[in-house]
Parts: sequence; structure tokens; C-alpha cells
Amino acid sequence: MSSEPHYTLYHPRWYRRRVSVWWWLRKWSYARFVLRELTSVFVAFFALVYLWQLWAVAQGPAAYAQFIARLKTPLFLALNTLAFLFVLFHTITWLNLTPKAMVVRLRGTRVPDAVIIGLNYAAWLVVSGAVAFVLLRA
Amino acid sequence: MMASTSTLDLTVARYRPERESEPSFQTYEIPFRKDWVVLDALNYIKDRLDGSLSYRWSCRMGVCGSCGMKVNGTPKLTCATFLADYMPGPVRVEPLDYFPVVRDLVVDLTDFVRKLKRVKPWILREEEKPPGEGEYLQTPEQLDIYKQFSMCINCMLCYSACPIYGLEPGFIGPAAVALAQRYNMDSRDQGAAERLKILSEHDGLWQCTFVGECTKVCPKHVDPAGAIQQYKLTAATHWVKSLLLPWGAR
Amino acid sequence: MERITPLLWLLFSAGGTVAAFLFPVHLLLTGLAFPNGWVEAPSHESLHRLVTHPVVALYLFVLISLPLFHWAHRFRYTLYDGLQLKHLTALIAVLCYGAALLGTAMAGYLLWSIR
Repeated sequence: MSSEPHYTLYHPRWYRRRVSVWWWLRKWSYARFVLRELTSVFVAFFALVYLWQLWAVAQGPAAYAQFIARLKTPLFLALNTLAFLFVLFHTITWLNLTPKAMVVRLRGTRVPDAVIIGLNYAAWLVVSGAVAFVLLRA
Repeated sequence: MMASTSTLDLTVARYRPERESEPSFQTYEIPFRKDWVVLDALNYIKDRLDGSLSYRWSCRMGVCGSCGMKVNGTPKLTCATFLADYMPGPVRVEPLDYFPVVRDLVVDLTDFVRKLKRVKPWILREEEKPPGEGEYLQTPEQLDIYKQFSMCINCMLCYSACPIYGLEPGFIGPAAVALAQRYNMDSRDQGAAERLKILSEHDGLWQCTFVGECTKVCPKHVDPAGAIQQYKLTAATHWVKSLLLPWGAR
Repeated sequence: MERITPLLWLLFSAGGTVAAFLFPVHLLLTGLAFPNGWVEAPSHESLHRLVTHPVVALYLFVLISLPLFHWAHRFRYTLYDGLQLKHLTALIAVLCYGAALLGTAMAGYLLWSIR
């Protein structure tokens, strides 16, 4: 743009590009990363729903019935469906990434990532089954 | 008569501070050879088309780490990136992101080198063994623990892929942590505590949010993202221990 | 802030693990299966009985509190990096962790008052 030479005291001016606020839209892998981070919003949402349920149970049968009724409304069904998808995404990304953070060594060699991931999913199924058992029997 | 050889367009970023204040692009038509890499194309440009093009390269076989650039937006070693994978082109070649551009495809490495030095990437010992006592012995299992992290060639592709490094200039970065881990986990090293202090500083590694791009672009499969996450766990465990046992921790 | 970063990261990790293993099944049941009538929702008195059990109370406390801290830490960094709100970093941190603490306190209070 300018025709004058750009020199600072000891060397030519370096070019530094500012990182755009929209950096995360530049690449699909960045966008997927932001989606993964946004799952935390839905995690918080459901934690609050459970807190609400706890409050309703503490208040009594009337409040609990109102809670149940509210969850049946289209708004909450939609929110909960969306939340379920995001929470599932959180679970899958979380379980797939744990072997990176925790290296397990057995007898001198590293346990392959696939084994740890497999164990994670197995544990997930077992734990989910146990919770479902308790809640459905109630 | 000549068989027509196919050609390929290379769109190369140019920045000549003596006459422009912003980078621009220049397109060159080069002959396509199926065994050529991007570095060959750049050398062709420099030799035959435009001698003013500036870029770094050295070993041309993926071990020196000099030729890192962005090819079609992804950080790559240009000596290891085949033109054939980008046919019919055009191929866009730019300098690495998040480093100041000195000229054309050349970036300034000072920040990375400074951060690398900060983590003391060498064997730290309280007392050196006198040479007469022989070498430090290490079993294959002990080598295996840190070997992956020792593969780093300091090519800086990981820094260029890391959005956090772009946003937080103080972030110490993937390669520095991977190399710190390489020494922390080396059985001959005794400097883990010293490096822990350095890395636990606010701008050390806690800025990392495990985007994982660094591991994706690493040409030597070092897995710096894994190194950082492992180190977070180590640092956090150490923090808990120092909280519970303040007298015995160090 | 800097001194407790490891603690915040540990809370984030613990919360993320709790959420990863337990939230899908809880959400599926409470958010989808019960309201849609796929299975019968528990009655108020059976839930009340469950919640008063000390082990269940502890379970619920962990189930609500830790994921809130997971959100606080992750969301704080998402705002900081994603929207580059550097100048608001202290405010964001206080709001996020503060909200998590509030939720934790409420869960603790409710569980204590139900027993």
C-alpha cells in the first residue's frame, strides 16, 4: 500500500497478523472443537434441571407433579433432546480422549489407546445400566 | 514435438517490507512431476522463475524442521508434501501462522526458541557422574517411556496449528511441553521439580484447552497434546500432594 | 487465581468424567423417557425415599456439583478464547465459578433439608 520502505531500527518491519474473532470458523476441526466445548453449556443445563427436580422433591408432591408436567411441554422436550445430543457428544469425545491424558503402562509397555477406550465404553455401559436399574425399579 | 507436460499453479505469499506494508500473493506456473514435493516446486521457482522468493529449507528429508509452511491452509513440512496430492491445484503456500513474517515465507522463530530454552531441554542432574564411572545405563523399557517425545524436530508446525498460541502469546506451546516431558520422563534426568515450577506459571501450560490440532499436524507423531494433558495431571497431582503434605512434598 | 489453577483443572476433569459417564442415562430417562411415557416415571414418594438415603444424597451432590464446575471452567475458557474477551477475564471467572459454587451450595442445602 505505502511506497516507503518500512524499517525499524535494526531490521525491516515484520508483519504480524491479528487473530480474528472468527478464527474458530476457519477450519472444520476448530469448529468441531468449539462445539465440543459448548457441550459444557448443556451439561450445566441438565445439572440445573436435576437441581430443580431436587427442589421439587423437597417441596412436596404438588411441586413434583408440576415439575413432571413442565418437562412434558414441547419447549423442554426440545431442550432436553438437544441437550441429550450434546451430552452424548461430550461423552464420546471425553471417553475417546482420556487415554491421551492417562498413560497406563503394564510390564514395560504402554497399554494401547484402543484398549483403554474400550474399557471406558464398557464402564459407561455398566454404570448407565446400574443407574437405569435403580431409577426404573423405584 | 514434445509430449505436453501437465503444469500446476503455485500461489505463493510474498511480503517485501521494503516496498509493501502487507503480504500479497503471486502465482507461478510450474511443471508437474509426480514425485515432486512442494519444496521442489519452490526451488524450481527460485531457480528458474523468480530468484527473489525467500524461504527456509535444509535437509529436504523431514528431519531438520526448517521447511515448515502452510500448504492450502494446513501447516506442513514442504519437503514431505507431495504435489500429486493437490492436483490439479492451485496450491497455496503461506508462511506459518502466529509468528511474525520477516519476508515472504520466512518467519521469526525467536519466541519459540525462547520458550524452548525456558523449559531446560537437557539432562538436569544434582551431580554429574564422573566420566571414569562410565555411562548412565538405561533399559529399553526406560527408553520407551520418553522416546516418542524425543522425536520432535522443532519444526513449529504445532505452534502454527494451535489457536491458543495465536491468541495467547504467553502460552508456552506444544513442542516446549513435549520436550520438557521428554526430559522429565528420562530416567537419567533429575530436573522434574525445577521444570514443574516453570511450567506451572500461569502462562505455562494451563492455557491449553486440548484442541488437539498440534498432534494432528505433527510430522513426527510426537503427540504434544498428549504430553500436555499428561503433564497437567502430573502438575495437579503434585499440587494436591504439596497441599496435603507440605513438609514432605519437595 | 494462578495458585488454584490445578484445583480448578481437577474439578473440571472430575466434573467432566461424572458428566460423561452418568449424564446420558439420567438425561435419557428424566428428560426423554419419563416425559414421553416410554417408561413410567418414579412417584414422588419413591424419589423422596431414594433422596433421603445418605449414599444417594452424596451421589446426587456429586452429580450436580462437579459438572457445574466442569461447565464453569470450560465455559470460562470458551468465552476467553472464542470471543477474545480478555479485558473481562476476572469478571468472567468470578461469574462462572461463582455460579458453580451457588449451585453446589443449593444442592447441598436441599439435600440436607430433605434428610
